[in-house]
This record gives sequence, C-alpha cells and structure tokens, in this order.
Amino acid sequence: MSWFRYSSPQSFYPLAGKMVPWFFTLAALLGLAGLYIAFFVAPTDFQQGDAYRIIFIHVPAAWMSMLIYAVMAFWAGIGLVFNTRLSSMMAHALAPTGALMTLIALWTGSFWGRPTWGAWWVWDARLTSELILLFLYLGYLALVAAIDDPRRADKASAVLALVGAINVPIIYFSVQWWNTLHQGSTISMTRAPSMASIMLIGMLVMVFAFWAYSIAAALMRVRCEILEREHHSAWARKLEDI
Amino acid sequence: MQWSSAGEFLAMGGYGLYVWGAYAVTAVIMVAEVIALARRARTLRAKSSRSADAGVD
Repeated sequence: MSWFRYSSPQSFYPLAGKMVPWFFTLAALLGLAGLYIAFFVAPTDFQQGDAYRIIFIHVPAAWMSMLIYAVMAFWAGIGLVFNTRLSSMMAHALAPTGALMTLIALWTGSFWGRPTWGAWWVWDARLTSELILLFLYLGYLALVAAIDDPRRADKASAVLALVGAINVPIIYFSVQWWNTLHQGSTISMTRAPSMASIMLIGMLVMVFAFWAYSIAAALMRVRCEILEREHHSAWARKLEDI
Repeated sequence: MQWSSAGEFLAMGGYGLYVWGAYAVTAVIMVAEVIALARRARTLRAKSSRSADAGVD
C-alpha cells in the first residue's frame, strides 16, 4: 500500500472520517486532565494570584495559531508546486480553525493583560504581530471566497499564505527582538523553563488537547471541502455516510 | 485541594471575571465551531444523496 493513495480526495475522505472521532476523544480526555491540573493541582501563583490560570488556554491557543499557519502555508505551497487538489483543500480547511485560535489567543491575552498590566490592549510587538496574523488568516479566507474558480483560488491564496508566513517567526521572536511588555517565552530550547513544573505539565497537556482539537476540526472541514468540490464526481454521488 | 468552597473557586482570588471570561469565550468558540461543521457536513451529505437519487447534479 502506498501513502500516496491518500493524496486523492476520494480515498482521503473516508480515512479522515475515521480519524475525526479519535482526535475529538483525545482532545476531550487531554482537555479534562489539563483543566483538572489547571484548577485543582497547580497552586496559586505568588505574584499574579489566580489570574495566571489563563495561561493554560492562552499559550496553547497562541502556539496553535502559529503552528496552524505554518502547516497551512506548507500545504498551500505543496498544492502550488505539485498541483495536488487535496493539499490546497487542506490549506483552506486549516485557515478558519487557525483564525479562531488566533482570536482565542488575543481574547485570553486581553483578559490576562487587564489584571496584570492594567490594560486590555497595548501596541506591543508581540500583540501587534499576533493581530496581523489574524488579519492574514481573514485575508486568506476572503481571497479564497472571492475567486469563483477553485483552482485559481488555490493558487492565489497559496501565494498569500506563503508571503504571510514571514510573520510567524516575527511573532515568535518578537519578545527577543523588541522591548515588549509581553513577557519572554516560557519555554526555551536553551534553558530550563521559567515556571513551576506542575504548571508546565498542565500547560503542555492543554497544548496537546488544543492540537488534537485542531486536527479534528480541520479534518471535519476538509471533508466538507471535498464534498463541495467533488459532488459532481461519481464516487461522491454514491456516498452513504462513509 | 486549595479551594475551601465553591464560592472561593468561582471568585478565583478576585480574578474570577478575567479567568472565567477567558475560559468561557474559548469554550463557546470551540463548541460553536464543531456545531457549525457538523451542520455543514449534514447539509452537504443530504444534498449529495439527493442528487444521487435523482441522477443529476
């Protein structure tokens, strides 16, 4: 069996359908475990009090917003170079979930900034580049929606996704490159994490929960994209809940 | 366990509005996304089986 078999929408559609419930189950189990740690195991922070508990959703959402963009740009690029339909559909399917993750990161950040910084919003490099990420997602979705011919929409939106990818490292390194109000990264490859280990474990469990959720949502959406585009073909007409 | 009552848990040391405001909106966004996707999938499947019955688009 070749993995390339699944690069055709027809064979990927049932595979994705089988994977969706598994990833939702994984997301729910990890989410419950993460929330239990977040609220009942992790202690109150000695500086920020209980306001810091927002970190358990803020950091996972912020990471996913960047990761989903990178994955979306990757699939868009593959679709552009190799002209594979499924790759472009995957990119389209990831964009709304990525935009929602960006919105969650901005929203929870705002609700964390108000009690700790005294401001809902500041024009800080980290916050501003994350806001630009939201506009990139929205621009991508608007461009896809604006072009009637799906193959042309794939190509034009892929170029936008690839050009916009430059923003991802800018967000990531913004706390080092500029003097930001936003704190530096909690986890770094080069030094020990700057937080208590139980808080770190809870946060990582939530990261995996958000990751599983994003995969499940994107797979659900790519199935819709496939049906919308392929409904003329013989195989899609024969669909009986696969 | 660090909370002695449900009220204390909800108060979140005085940060209840911020903590629950952040968590509630996150939950609403995620649940709404899944519901919207399930509805979209159901509509599409109904449409494709209808066109299969009729033998036309």
